[in-house]
Amino acid sequence: MTLSLALEARDLAQLPSRRDEDWRWTDLRGLIRELPAPSPEAEASPAGPFEGHGDSELLVVNGRLQGDVGLLILGDGQRRVLRLRLVSASPGTAHAVRLSIQLGSGAELTLLETHEGQAEGYLADSHLSVSLSTGARLERIVLADDEAEAISVSTAEVRLEAGAEFCQTILTHGARRQRLETRVEHPGQAAKVRMDGAYLVSGRRHADLTTAVTHGGTDGVTGQLIKGVVADQGRGVFQGRITVSPGADRTDARMGHHALLLSDRAEVNAKPELLIFADDVACAHGATVGALDEDALFYAQQRGMPEAVAKALLTEAFIGEVIDRIEHDGAREIAHAWAADRQVG
Amino acid sequence: MMLSITNLHARVEAAEILKGLSLELPAGEVHAIMGPNGAGKSTLSYVLTGRQGYEVTEGTATLDGEDLLALEAHERAARGVFLSFQYPLEIPGVPAMTFLRTALNAQHKARGEPEVSATDFLKRAREVAKQLKMDFDMLKRPLNVGFSGGEKKRMEIFQMAMLSPRLLILDETDSGLDIDALKIVADGVNALRSPDRAMLVITHYQRLLDYIRPDRVHVLAAGRIAASGGPELALELERDGYDKYARAA
Repeated sequence: MTLSLALEARDLAQLPSRRDEDWRWTDLRGLIRELPAPSPEAEASPAGPFEGHGDSELLVVNGRLQGDVGLLILGDGQRRVLRLRLVSASPGTAHAVRLSIQLGSGAELTLLETHEGQAEGYLADSHLSVSLSTGARLERIVLADDEAEAISVSTAEVRLEAGAEFCQTILTHGARRQRLETRVEHPGQAAKVRMDGAYLVSGRRHADLTTAVTHGGTDGVTGQLIKGVVADQGRGVFQGRITVSPGADRTDARMGHHALLLSDRAEVNAKPELLIFADDVACAHGATVGALDEDALFYAQQRGMPEAVAKALLTEAFIGEVIDRIEHDGAREIAHAWAADRQVG
Repeated sequence: MMLSITNLHARVEAAEILKGLSLELPAGEVHAIMGPNGAGKSTLSYVLTGRQGYEVTEGTATLDGEDLLALEAHERAARGVFLSFQYPLEIPGVPAMTFLRTALNAQHKARGEPEVSATDFLKRAREVAKQLKMDFDMLKRPLNVGFSGGEKKRMEIFQMAMLSPRLLILDETDSGLDIDALKIVADGVNALRSPDRAMLVITHYQRLLDYIRPDRVHVLAAGRIAASGGPELALELERDGYDKYARAA
């Protein structure tokens, strides 16, 4: 049951619903009463948020690739910085796209991915398959900038070989309903994964960050830091599952999820899961949900900051810890500015 | 009169902590508030600075004749009220310089003054840090995170010097300081003494007053001023303790 299946078959019954355990907090069947018409061809505004960074751009408007194929292959040892823009440009219509990225041995890619809502109330699905050969490296940075009434689902499936490295930072401020899901096949064998994310949600927006990593071999490392700030009637969802398969000894997996609730009606649903079937592992997770520290807030106000300024400073710092882990300098700066512009509360 | 407090009553949740406190603090003077634990010393500092949860039920407090209690915390700060915290907060992710420049510019905005440029701010920060014998790199680190007790208090004085407030409230500034740190902090405070500033030095022990000499000393016991006098009152308290005031209350 997926959104893309439902769109392809024009069948509402294919939508995931709250009866599906993995979708219980991000119900689509209850929300989508009618499938909208397919999105037409359209133009996107010329420059995305990462304009000026990277050496090439892959532009997808309303699920249609502009002058390119949906497959990017980097040969052994190649290095690139690529902008991937997924633009939704027509109101009240639906589209889906599938893309693949293959990195050869030792290849390095920085993927600057943006989800750009340039119309109201669209329905968008994207699916990205990634494979990293031995020693390849991918840093994926996603700015999910969907429109408030949009429904969007984005799924990435990542497969690593020995010694490969996958680093990801997803920043989102949600949509009417939005899910950003990442699934990683982790072979161990000195492969490394960092899977971070932050959600800044206000109004009636909903953001769901779901991740699943399966360690299949020994000596794998996974680190994850997710932070969220939710205001008004917004809702944040984090589902993080790390599975350590039998025999995947000396796995090192650490997960952290921390959220701030800025209003009485804000909501966070979190389900951190560590499923460990090997003996010799170092695994840990920490999860906190709370309000802004009243003492810190008063301290800032006593120094002269109005409440709104003090809150913005403190929440920006809270989210900043995630953004600081982005390695690409230019992207890190843009991400900081992006988050500051979408301050909630 | 710079600060004028009349018959102030205040409660925290259900408990009445201040029970008719009156105090006059003229510009140019330093007054010490001494008292046993639980007398209401910290409550007084929070009531004057507008912390939420501290409810004034009776009485007045004015700054240069303006009703202080009607203003929000940040508005009081912009009028020149500064509280040096007994336990300064750690603010992860916010460099001290960023925090302070945001605060300073918020105050300027509230007063209708132009913003301070990054260059001017930096220049002034370097001067003040030098006066306080602070390592300038400390100011680039997240505010107070991982700082020792002495470093945190020095950072309070640094902020005080940068914001140049008119009414300074020092809440137990000596707590957690060794004698060397105490001298540096006291020097920093003394450097800010001026005819158009007033200071309220809240302390449990007389020790701090050897370094910051008060013009007047008030004994706060059971929520009101139980006695007032010159600097000799602090020495008497050091010798005899607070027993007689606690009993009288």
